[in-house]
Amino acid sequence: MDWEVKIETKLKEGILDPQGKAVKTGLKQLGYDNVESVHVGKYMELILDDIPDKEKAAEMVVDMCEKLLANPVIEDYKYELTEVEG
Amino acid sequence: MKAGVVTFPGSNCDQDVFNVLDNIFDFESDMIWHKEKSLNGYDLIVLPGGFSYGDYLRSGAIARFANIMDSVIDYANQGGLVLGICNGFQILLESDLLPGAMKINDSLKFVCKNVQLQVVNNETPFTNQYENSEIIEMPVAHGEGNYYIDDKRLKNLESNNQIVLKYKDKSENPNGSIENIAGICNKERNIFGLMPHPERCAEDIISPGRSDGYRMFSSIMEEIKVRGEKIAR
Repeated sequence: MDWEVKIETKLKEGILDPQGKAVKTGLKQLGYDNVESVHVGKYMELILDDIPDKEKAAEMVVDMCEKLLANPVIEDYKYELTEVEG
Repeated sequence: MKAGVVTFPGSNCDQDVFNVLDNIFDFESDMIWHKEKSLNGYDLIVLPGGFSYGDYLRSGAIARFANIMDSVIDYANQGGLVLGICNGFQILLESDLLPGAMKINDSLKFVCKNVQLQVVNNETPFTNQYENSEIIEMPVAHGEGNYYIDDKRLKNLESNNQIVLKYKDKSENPNGSIENIAGICNKERNIFGLMPHPERCAEDIISPGRSDGYRMFSSIMEEIKVRGEKIAR
């Protein structure tokens, strides 16, 4: 089975996000006064080939996030996993 | 004395460090390509500054998985001296050889200038030629040097005297680093990472009359000499 993975990483809650802060200032300047907070993160799409079940695929994605795609010291991650036609 | 400078794709201070080690000091120096798998007989390994792998994903994140890094990690864990400058510091953090992480500078700008630093701990292999609390000056050049560590680990750093260099005060802090931290070492003192560039102020032709970078390398030489005498005894 093949899988499509969508991964988002962003700085953990409570860690000051300099990019988010700058974007927030920009939005405020445009007049969007209701903007309470902005967090800037990263978005990645992966295709995984030949993994027999969803659990195995999820295990692999978590491993990739912990080792490389996110830095657990400062970032949280989340992912979506869907089966695709091979 | 033998030193190795690791070159990753995108390193750009490797030749500068090599020049200081090989020409200004008496290190017999090698450039080590990131695809090499082993390190033999070195007294010092330097991870130089630059933009390894284009800084994609996060600075240092991909370099950490270069072939040579397993050997660097083994060498460091056996007590070998490792100096990480700028991008090299970022790689040491991503490798978990030093604690904490780097964020984008608070100003969101790449900052390139001389900054004043305070030597917070001069009892390390990398700072033994400075006075304690001495104010020195070195250039910085980075966009992601905003050091972050959580409160608990920060307390550990402080109680173990692992903070080696600080920006002199808030006005000299170019990136927003927590507690003005510019350089830290591990508990055992053999691994040191710093954002400023000692290799850019280590020779008279570049920084006339100033020895601030020079003394970081002479500290390392002193350490290696002392280590050699211990082994001889």
